Amino acid sequence: MPDDTGDGDRLPAGGLAGRLAGIRSAMSSTIIPYEDGPLIVRGDFEIVTPDGAPIEAGRATVALCRCGKSAIKPFCDGTHKVINFRAGTDRVTPPPR
Amino acid sequence: MKLPAPRGAVSTAVIDLLGGKAATLPRTTTPDDDEDLHLALFVCYEMAYRGWDGVDDRWEWDPELLRLRAALEQRFEADLHALAGPPEHVDPETVPHRLTELVTADDGPSLSGRLRSRATYEQFREFVTHRSVYHLREADPHTYVIPRLAGRPKAALIEIQLDEYGGGVVSKMHQELFKRTMSWFGLDLTYGAYVDAVPAATLATNNVMSLFALHRRNRAALLGHLAAYEMTSSIPNRAYAGGLRRLGGDASATAFYDEHVEADAVHEQIAAHDLCGSFAVAEPELAGDVLYGARCALALDARWAGTVLASWDAGRSSLRE
Repeated sequence: MPDDTGDGDRLPAGGLAGRLAGIRSAMSSTIIPYEDGPLIVRGDFEIVTPDGAPIEAGRATVALCRCGKSAIKPFCDGTHKVINFRAGTDRVTPPPR
Repeated sequence: MKLPAPRGAVSTAVIDLLGGKAATLPRTTTPDDDEDLHLALFVCYEMAYRGWDGVDDRWEWDPELLRLRAALEQRFEADLHALAGPPEHVDPETVPHRLTELVTADDGPSLSGRLRSRATYEQFREFVTHRSVYHLREADPHTYVIPRLAGRPKAALIEIQLDEYGGGVVSKMHQELFKRTMSWFGLDLTYGAYVDAVPAATLATNNVMSLFALHRRNRAALLGHLAAYEMTSSIPNRAYAGGLRRLGGDASATAFYDEHVEADAVHEQIAAHDLCGSFAVAEPELAGDVLYGARCALALDARWAGTVLASWDAGRSSLRE
């Protein structure tokens, strides 16, 4: 996380500084679609169930299933290769009808 | 680790020298066979890892021993060229795609299918025994290349290696996780305990990593080797875990394989694109070496798997007597 001393030091604990820190950490993660493969997530992130219960990632960088066939969803287990999954690395813009 | 028993003229010469039974090396550098070649190389290389019990660490840089090692490496490299094809010039931009093609086309014998569906307890135990030579130092050879890289490929390699070493948590290090599998089979957890038990085909899969790791000129091949390993890992490891559960293996016994399914699904992407792809662009003249390293990894693993399966098919153990 970027160093946010200075301003943060002068603000009351748990106040704006805490919220700023929260936003900053949320902003410091990236999700990258890899060609014909999963979404790789790096940075400060949490994976939780819809109820908010944590899903233990177990590692700093994770691969999220994009083909829908993983046996360990939400994580990737390499099955995309078996099913010949194809997907690009950028936003897909459907052609006009 | 104790010095192993020799398997021919050259391995005898090296082991006698390191063990203090001989003062010099003989002039001959011609190994009797593959067993002799790969054991001699393995003994030489181990000086760069954790060494041998009672052997002076200074032998690692002894010119006479290095000269012998170089002669053995020349033979091994000739074998690799014959087995996997020599490095060829390729467009660096195509490296990730070509790596994917290589692993997709890999039609090595399916040891994983056998282990999943019908290998016996004894056969699975043998498989673990073979793999222990590498898994107890898993990731260590590839760590040698870190200071030889810069920028994006370096960061990518470290991202993979951090995971290999459990993010700094000893019990999560892959080397340590493997001990749980070995324990379930009642195997000796000592580093290198089974060097004497494994044949040349197993030693060769280890020696190729050292050949690539210890020479800076082979840095690209080492990266390709790592990519091939990471890109052919998730699915076989799922099969290993399934096979081990079929044999009654508990969560601790399968933890190593379960972890590799998930970890290597991450690593394969990083290895192909962020590591090898960006390295090939940064050092375009070495792009072909990346693919060569990957081909060597696949070919030697296929040869090893073929040896193991042939033994089992013939009703024999795949380990040495």
